[in-house]
Amino acid sequence: MKNAHTDTPPRIDRAQSIGMLERMLLIRRVEERLGEEFKAGNLPGGVHLYIGEEGIAVGVCAHLTDRDWIASTHRGHGHFLAKGGDPNAMVAEIYGRKTGICRGMGGSMHVADVSKGILGANGIVGAGISLTAGAALAAQLDGKGAVAVCFFGDGAAGQGVLMEALNVGALWKLPLVLVCENNGYSEYTRADAVTAGTIADRAKPYGVPGAVINGNDVIEVWTAADVAIKRARRGDGPTLIEARTYRTRGHIEAETAFLQGGSYRSQEEIEQWKGRDPIVLYSGRLQADGVIDAQVLEQMDARVCATVQAAFEFAEKSELPDVSQVFESMFAGQRP
Amino acid sequence: MAKKRIIQAINDGLMEEMARDPKVILFGEDVEISLFGDTRGLHSKFGPARVRNTPISENLLTGMAVGAAAAGYRVIAHLMFGNFVYTGFDSIANQAAKLRFMTGGQIRLPITYMAVYGGGKSIAAQHSDTPYPLLMNLGGINVVVPSSPADAKGLLKAAIRNDNPTFFLQAGGRGGELGEVPDGEYVTPLGQADVKRIGTDVTIVAIGAMVRPALRAAEILEKESGLSAEVVDPRTLVPLDEATILASVAKTGRLVVADEARDRCSAASHIAAIVCDKGFASLAAPVKRVTVPDVAMPYAPSLEQSIFPDAQRIAAAVREVAQYRRS
Repeated sequence: MKNAHTDTPPRIDRAQSIGMLERMLLIRRVEERLGEEFKAGNLPGGVHLYIGEEGIAVGVCAHLTDRDWIASTHRGHGHFLAKGGDPNAMVAEIYGRKTGICRGMGGSMHVADVSKGILGANGIVGAGISLTAGAALAAQLDGKGAVAVCFFGDGAAGQGVLMEALNVGALWKLPLVLVCENNGYSEYTRADAVTAGTIADRAKPYGVPGAVINGNDVIEVWTAADVAIKRARRGDGPTLIEARTYRTRGHIEAETAFLQGGSYRSQEEIEQWKGRDPIVLYSGRLQADGVIDAQVLEQMDARVCATVQAAFEFAEKSELPDVSQVFESMFAGQRP
Repeated sequence: MAKKRIIQAINDGLMEEMARDPKVILFGEDVEISLFGDTRGLHSKFGPARVRNTPISENLLTGMAVGAAAAGYRVIAHLMFGNFVYTGFDSIANQAAKLRFMTGGQIRLPITYMAVYGGGKSIAAQHSDTPYPLLMNLGGINVVVPSSPADAKGLLKAAIRNDNPTFFLQAGGRGGELGEVPDGEYVTPLGQADVKRIGTDVTIVAIGAMVRPALRAAEILEKESGLSAEVVDPRTLVPLDEATILASVAKTGRLVVADEARDRCSAASHIAAIVCDKGFASLAAPVKRVTVPDVAMPYAPSLEQSIFPDAQRIAAAVREVAQYRRS
């Protein structure tokens, strides 16, 4: 994507580079542990892991502050953490505890922290699109330069609401950035079998910029998001970014048990994409550029692992929620 | 007091709330010119930032209401006809009704969804539905069904100021109804039924547009046989003022519920169930429901009249419960 509005190409400083890597690593380590705990039968419900896609959430959210809004998908842990959500409160939520960010009312698919501009992960494919369009309208009316970013998958590109939002977003010049994480699979169906054309091209007829980028390259994501978010903040309207990526884990953990031997992709394909791991690529690049060395990386990983360990300990020792909150949470100021 | 049409009272309520609170915004289909007249003049008074026509994209606009409300606005989203609830239903049922709950109470969603409902206008089945039963079943949505201009204004103001998603459903065929509207500022709280006519022999709970034919039925019965019917208007279905309904039935011992929803799982069947459960000891006769049968609304006026609840049908049901004696 060309940046037509700035004379100098955007640069990421050293601290931000390291910060992005650390955030990607945090998402990875939390989710690896979630995978283990799920397998051990310690988690209620199911978890959809973001492993392999971390560069997108981190590269986009690096440009956002708490007053900017995001909405996310059923695969939403990465967006929550990238936007500054608390790992303790997220893990406690997934454990169904009182100290969870949603007090145990939402779980993995619904982690949200409104105080940090996180409207939440969402169990309905494409639902975040209209929510962020509304948040973008609010941001526009506030006139303080805030933006709304919607993360959604290639599956959500099949929902008509994407077209509806592009239409209204273009007409009203909403400060909205639509980030499609095209991981190649709409649950258990190849995206290209259910998606005609290129998703980014859906923006064209509305006069909205659209771009296909490498979602496994956090710098490419960061750069595209920089252009789109600046455009939105200026009042020039929405952008659609299609970040190509891959989930190296299943649609949901332990999916093989459901599929009963059925397979929708090859091991060879998974291995190929593991070779394009966004964290390995980025840490390698930072080392090659002399920004970090092996020792810094090791210290970073130790720090992240300690954070993750603390989050799981916090969750495990947290109390169960009060039953009364089931009746208190439905309405503000009234009983159901 | 001044005599006003119900649509004018709604328009006054919108004008007052938008003037009172700059965070109130309104969008929807044709809200600038306004098909029904309820939103007329708002665009010129409050400007294009706060009052916007949307494309015919109900799924987007119902969800946009949620996003804008979560981000601090008090949103009025106009869906035009009650049947269009269905095209915008995902964001209503899965987002508006649930996000506060699912986030453990983090989100406040002050949204008023407006639509007209009901039959009697010969506009056929896709513009004549009464969608409140399914809204009542969602759990997280308030449902307001005003019957008079005064109630419409007061309840609308309460809906707009309420911090929860609220459906304000106005009976489409009644926009021209006249009634006294109090002068000055007033708000009618949600969840308070109104006894529109005091009586002693039979209770008629009448919802929304059924209040007028229920009152007419009461007049007919009074003249015909001196039977004294009490007419209770719940005014809001969620929250529902069960106490006023139960107190009336405790006095009369007999209940007819008039509702223009289809019979199966209607508001009438819900109210009948509550009275059978909590007021069984006071019942001297079975509870009767006067509703639309489980068919779609036909087009021809003669066909529509053949199934639509009216004063005669309500009166017939009242006679039946009044005459009932345990054998």
